[in-house]
Amino acid sequence: MKNLLVQFSSSTRRALAVIGAVLREIFDESAYARFLERRQLTTSPQAYAEFLAESRQQRERRPRCC
Amino acid sequence: MVACAQPERPAPDQLSPFTTRCRFATILEIQAASRPPYPTAESVVPMSKPAGVIVWAGVAIAGALSVATIALHRGEEINAMWLVVAAVCSYAIGYRFYSKFIAARVLTLDAMRATPAERLENGRDFVRTNKWVVFGHHFAAIAGPGPLVGPVLAAQFGYLPGTLWILAGAVFGGCVQDFVILLFSVRRDGKSLTEMAKSEIGRLGGFVAYVAVISIVVILLGVCALIVVNALKASPWGTFTIAMTIPIALLMGVYLRRLRPGKVLETSVLGFLLVLLAIWGGSWASHTPSVGRSFTLTAPTLAILIIIYGFAASAMPVWLLLAPRDYLSTFVKLGTIAMLALGIVALRPTLHMPALTRFIDGTGPVFAGNLFPFAFVTIACGAISGFHSLIASGTTPKLISRETETRMVGYGAMACESMVAIMAVIAACVLQPGTYFAINSPAGIVGQLPEVATATISSWGFPVSAADMHSLAQAVGEQTLFNRTGGAPAFAVGMANIFSHSIGGQALMAIWYHFAIMFEALFILTVLDAGTRVGRFMIQDALGHVWKPLGRTSWYPSVLINSALIVGAWGYFLWQGVKDPLGGINSLWPLFGISNQLLATVALCVATTIIIKMGRARYALVTLTPLTWLVAVTFSASYYKIFDPNPRIGFLAHARQLAAAPSTAGIARLIFNDRLDAAVTAILIIMVAMILIESAADWIRILAGRKQPMVRETPFVATRFATEEQA
Repeated sequence: MKNLLVQFSSSTRRALAVIGAVLREIFDESAYARFLERRQLTTSPQAYAEFLAESRQQRERRPRCC
Repeated sequence: MVACAQPERPAPDQLSPFTTRCRFATILEIQAASRPPYPTAESVVPMSKPAGVIVWAGVAIAGALSVATIALHRGEEINAMWLVVAAVCSYAIGYRFYSKFIAARVLTLDAMRATPAERLENGRDFVRTNKWVVFGHHFAAIAGPGPLVGPVLAAQFGYLPGTLWILAGAVFGGCVQDFVILLFSVRRDGKSLTEMAKSEIGRLGGFVAYVAVISIVVILLGVCALIVVNALKASPWGTFTIAMTIPIALLMGVYLRRLRPGKVLETSVLGFLLVLLAIWGGSWASHTPSVGRSFTLTAPTLAILIIIYGFAASAMPVWLLLAPRDYLSTFVKLGTIAMLALGIVALRPTLHMPALTRFIDGTGPVFAGNLFPFAFVTIACGAISGFHSLIASGTTPKLISRETETRMVGYGAMACESMVAIMAVIAACVLQPGTYFAINSPAGIVGQLPEVATATISSWGFPVSAADMHSLAQAVGEQTLFNRTGGAPAFAVGMANIFSHSIGGQALMAIWYHFAIMFEALFILTVLDAGTRVGRFMIQDALGHVWKPLGRTSWYPSVLINSALIVGAWGYFLWQGVKDPLGGINSLWPLFGISNQLLATVALCVATTIIIKMGRARYALVTLTPLTWLVAVTFSASYYKIFDPNPRIGFLAHARQLAAAPSTAGIARLIFNDRLDAAVTAILIIMVAMILIESAADWIRILAGRKQPMVRETPFVATRFATEEQA
C-alpha cells in the first residue's frame, strides 16, 4: 500500500512537472530562458524587450489554426 | 538537401530504401542497421501478453458497443457518455494500432536519424524539445474555433452524421494527414507544405498550394469575423467584455515588460482574473441604459470595427496589445476546453437532438445542402483540416527530438482536437432541438418575429415557444437569442447549460454564457490578427517577385498596402456575410469548408507522392483513401455550390433568382457576391484538379517504371543521442 502511494505521488509529481513544462513552452517562458542563456543575460526589462524584438518576426509569421 | 534516386526495394525491411542508398556509413549507422529502427511487424500486432489482449479487446468491445448505441438508437434520447466512450475507444485503437502500422510499415520511422532540431539547433527556431511539450505546443496551435463551430452547425442533421464523420475522419484522415506531413517536414529540415509541394510535385504544385493557402486564409478570416459579429450584435454584455480585453491586454503588456519580465504564465493568470471581472462588469453594463446603449452595436458597425482592428493589428506597431492578448486567449482556450471536458464527464448530460433530423434531405435552415457532401465540408477541423498541414510543416517539425515522436505529436494531437469536436457536438445536442433551430436559423428562413419563427420551427416537428426563447434569453442576459447564426451562440448556450448544471445552477447561467462568448470571441480575434499578419507576409513574399520594394517587410508603404489588400479581401467576405439576408453562414461556411478540405487534398497529394517515391506504393492507400474521399466530397460540394438549381444551395441559381426579382437597392451587389463566390469556388477546384492530375500522372510514371523516383530528403545523419535512445 505504501509502495503504491509512493508510486502514485511520484507519478503525479512527474505529470505536474510535464504540464508545467508544456505551459512554459506554450507561453514562451522556456524560449525566454533559452534566450537569456544564449546571450548570457539575467532577466530585466531590457533583456525581455530584446527577447521580444528577436522573437517578434518568428511569432508574427506563426499562423493560428481555424 | 539532395535529390536521391530511389532504388528498387531491398530485401531487409528494417531500413527505408532511401536511407540505405543516400546516407553516409558511420559507425552509428551500422549500429542502427543492425537493429530495427522502428517497431517490427511483430510489434505492430503484438498481443503476446494476455493482459494486453484482454485490455485491447475490452477497449474494442466498449468502442463497438458505444458506436452501435449511437448509430442504432432511434426515438429515444441517449446519454452523451456514449459519444465520449465511442470517441475515446476509437482514438485509442486508432493510435495504438493504425498509427503504429503507419509508423512501422509506411513511414519507417528511424529513431537513429538526427532531426533538424538536433542538426540545426540554434536555440531559437530549432530546439530539441521534450515530446510532451511539443505535443502540448502543437495541440495549442491546431485547436481553434473550427472544431467548435463546424460540429454545432452540422448538428442540424442530428448528432449521428457529425459524430461518425468526426470519428472516422480523424482516425483515417485528419490524424494521418498531420502525422505524415509532420514526418515529411522533419525529414526536409522543417520545410513548409508549399515548399514540399514545389519540390516533390513541381512548380505547379507549389503555386497551387500557395493559392490554396492564401484563399483559405482569406475565407477563414472572413468567416471567423462573421462568427464574432453574429455573436456580439445587439449584445452589450458580450461587446463590453470583449472591449475590456483591450485595456486588460495593455495592462498585461506593461506588467510583463516592466514589473515581471518574462513571467507570462503569471501574467496570463492575472489577465484571466481581470477578464472574469470584465464578464461580471458586462452584466452591470447591460443593465445600465446609458452604458448599455454605447455597447449595443449593429452587425455592420461591429464589422467595420473588426476590419479596423484587423488592419491595425497587421499594419501598426501594437505589439504591446497583441502579444498579451495572444497569451490570454491561449490560456482561456486551454482552460475552457479542459473545463468543458470535466463538465461533460461530471454531468453526463442527455442529448435531446435526435440521431437524424429531417434536414438530411438538404432543406436545413442552418445551411442548405444534402447530408452528402455538406456534412463533410461543414465539419473540417475535428475530422480533417488542411490548415493543420501548415502547422505540421511550420513550427512543430523544428522542435521534434526524435523521428519516432512524430507519431505521438502528429497523430495524437489531432485525436485530441477531434475530441474537442465531439464535445462541441454534445454542447449543441444537449439543447432542445427547437431551441437549437431558433438560435441558428436566419430570419430569412424562419421569419423576423418571435411568434412567426417559433411557429415555423414547431411546424418542422421541433416544438418551441416564443415564451421559452424569451425566458432563455433572459436567463443568459440577452435581449433575444433568435437568428444568432454562426454556431457560436448555440455553442455558448449549450456550454452554459452544461456548466450551470455543474456549478452555480440557473443563477450563473448568464455568467457562463458570456464566459463562453468571451472565450470564443477572444480566440477568434486572435486567429484574426495572427491570420491577417500571416496573409500580409504571404502577399508581400509574392509581390516582392513583381516589384522588390513591395516584398520588403520593413518598408512601411509596403506594409500598409499589403495590409490593406489582405484586410480588404477578408473584409469583403465579412461585409458580404453581414449583408446577406440568409445570415452569411449559409454561403460562407461551406466555402470555408471546401477551401480547407481542398488544402487537405493538396497535403494528401504531396504525402501520397512522397510515399510512392519512397518505394512504399503498396501502402499508398493510407493517404490515397482519405484523398479519394476528400476529392469526392470537395468536388461534389463545389459542383452543388456553383450549379445547383436550388437558390439556397447554388450561387448561380441564387444570382438568377435575385436578377428575376423586382430591382431594389443593393441587389446588384448581392448578385455580384454570388457570382464572385461561384468564381472563387471554381478557380480553387480547377487548380486542385490540376495538381491532382499532375500528381496522378507522376504516380503512374513511377509505378510503370518510366520515371526514376526522386525524393528530396535531407541526407541521413546519425543522431548524437543514440546511446540515450538505446538506454
